[in-house]
Amino acid sequence: MNAIEVHNLVKRFGTKTVVDHVTMSVAEGEIVGFLGPNGSGKTTTIRIMCGLLTPDEGDGQVLGYDLLTDSLKIKREVGYMTQKFSFYEDLTIGENLEFVARLYQLQPVEEHVARTLEELGLTTRRDQLAGTLSGGWKQRLALAACIMHKPKLLLLDEPTAGVDPKARREFWDEIHRLARDGLTVLVSTHYMDEAERCHRISYISYGKLLATGTVDEVIANAGLSTFVVSGPRLNEVAAALEGKPGVEQVAPFGTTLHVVGSDRKLLEASLKEIKARKDTKVEPGETSLEDVFIQFMAGSKDNMA
Amino acid sequence: MNAVFSFARLGALLMKEFIQMRRDRITFAMMLGVPLMQLVLFGFAINSDPKSLPAALVATSNDQYTRAMVSALQMTDYYRFDYVAQSAEEAEELMAKGAVSFVVTIPSDFARRVERRDSPQILIEADATDPSAASGAVSTLSTVASQALLREQGMQAEAAETAKTQLQVVVHKRYNPEGISQYNIVPGLLGVILQMTMVMMTSMALTRETERGTMENLLAMPASPAEIMLGKVLPFLVVGAVQVAVVLVAAKLLFAIPFIGSLSLLLSAVLVFVLSLVLLGYTISTMARTQMQAMQLTFFFFLPSLLLSGFMFPYRGMPDWAQVLGEIFPLTHFLRIVRAVMLKGADFQAIAGEVSALVLFVFLFAGLALFRFRRTLD
Ligand SMILES: Nc1ncnc2c1ncn2[C@@H]1O[C@H](COP(=O)(O)OP(=O)(O)O)[C@@H](O)[C@H]1O
Ligand SMILES: [Mg+2]
Repeated sequence: MNAIEVHNLVKRFGTKTVVDHVTMSVAEGEIVGFLGPNGSGKTTTIRIMCGLLTPDEGDGQVLGYDLLTDSLKIKREVGYMTQKFSFYEDLTIGENLEFVARLYQLQPVEEHVARTLEELGLTTRRDQLAGTLSGGWKQRLALAACIMHKPKLLLLDEPTAGVDPKARREFWDEIHRLARDGLTVLVSTHYMDEAERCHRISYISYGKLLATGTVDEVIANAGLSTFVVSGPRLNEVAAALEGKPGVEQVAPFGTTLHVVGSDRKLLEASLKEIKARKDTKVEPGETSLEDVFIQFMAGSKDNMA
Repeated sequence: MNAVFSFARLGALLMKEFIQMRRDRITFAMMLGVPLMQLVLFGFAINSDPKSLPAALVATSNDQYTRAMVSALQMTDYYRFDYVAQSAEEAEELMAKGAVSFVVTIPSDFARRVERRDSPQILIEADATDPSAASGAVSTLSTVASQALLREQGMQAEAAETAKTQLQVVVHKRYNPEGISQYNIVPGLLGVILQMTMVMMTSMALTRETERGTMENLLAMPASPAEIMLGKVLPFLVVGAVQVAVVLVAAKLLFAIPFIGSLSLLLSAVLVFVLSLVLLGYTISTMARTQMQAMQLTFFFFLPSLLLSGFMFPYRGMPDWAQVLGEIFPLTHFLRIVRAVMLKGADFQAIAGEVSALVLFVFLFAGLALFRFRRTLD
């Protein structure tokens, strides 16, 4: 049984279709990354999956429960971490955890709270108001609170936005540890390195799912060719290449230039002249996930409402 | 695990609400301070039977009967003769300016007519733009006037006797013979103050969660609508209880309001009333999207309930349709209860009808709120 199995989900706000026939499945124990530009419908899709929004069309199962009729059961077995911190800022860390433990009827409350605080390393700050925590700590508190009841599925909505690299690393280590114990995770993110730590990724744009698979599959399916240009005066080279047939992206990467296009022949032809320069080197390179996403974004209109 | 109701989960919600209430110092202080402030302010300020109203006297002769009449009017406490006008025009002007509420004119032939038993007249003009301000003063008038005359003519005892029976106007104010309006206002204020704070506070209950973004999390956790509702409204029963205590004690100490009826009966009725108010507030919060909307809805409800409940104006004085409309406000029923129990010593039998109306409101609002509650963010 897949942890998530949804078909043709559609959600409209007014006349705007925010989620457009999204079909998705996530196997048990899998970590799936959910990517897409701002306003592409990630949060909305996740909310549908945990029963916080009713889809206008489509159906599906989450943890074997029907999305449309069993949302209460889904809520009990899913851990949902919202994009915006949504615990009580005027309650202390300890009080927030106690509240969650009591709502899920975890017994004994004190033991669960103490253990969670211990794991978080927040035991000494138990009486600090949650609102006074820094962004990174808020995220960790939120994660701790939503795994306290041992959910079978975690839905994380941009859990590491605004978190420093070390905290992010620790966050992902934790997620992998949980997944090894059988937890399924669907996590939305903007970070490429995080996407690469997922077993699979799904890319959504303008409410439509454009690609899904492992990172390598997504890159391969995109059918892009990349060349790495190195040499002097790369600014000038970039300006020269911009707009040439077959050249779809020109992006500086440190001391090199990545030139990307979907038509390899056309791209090579355009690069010929650059290649002919004595001091400039042009070599075939690996297409990165970022190149693919930039390509996707260029292909669809701006999503911002 | 019961999906619909669990005391453990309700306990979790209650605990959270109490902590938040305690932390929100300003709101907390307001919930206790505002009732006291309003009670003192309105209790002393509002007076539907005003005394010592400014009056002007127009009297051309200065005989014994005229003097007796003026001093008798002054003795009533209603009239305070600030001006002695030389002419009717001057008095007219004073009234037009609003400097006086009454003009008392005693004609020059007054004494002559009294002596001749030729139906003496005095003219009292009242500024009736605020009818309630003038009504008390006018209603005591004929009694006072005839008694003053009789006193002056004291020697004809049996004639006075007959004249008295013809002239005397009986002003009989039951339950509040001195017409002290605080006896009426202060118990009413209990209802108004409770309504103000209870409805306002609970009308923000859900919108506050929505605006702070915590609603999403709350809905994602296994709390049922009934638990959330009770978790939100029950803490305010405690606040209401404190307010009731404050108002009742102040009523006794500051205004010496008599308390004739049973305290426990009144408190039970107050409990039902407060419950209906917090559920009404909560119902509002299920309809409003923002705290601003919640405020507006509250005030939309508030003004008619003040005007039509019988707090501001006598209920029986309103046209029939307005009386029917007044019945839909819990305040209307509560005012009847509180006045009946405090001032008339009514027993349960006497107020059973009003209490059942309040119970009906409780179930109505609770049902409406549960029906309106959105389990999703749609
Ligand atoms: N409650 C809502 N009412 C109207 N529009 C909404 C609502 N929620 C989201 N949207 C719109 O739907 C689009 C997708 O939003 P969202 O799912 O939050 O995107 P993402 O999480 O990918 O950034 C946005 O354009 C947003 O403005
Ligand atoms: Mg989002």
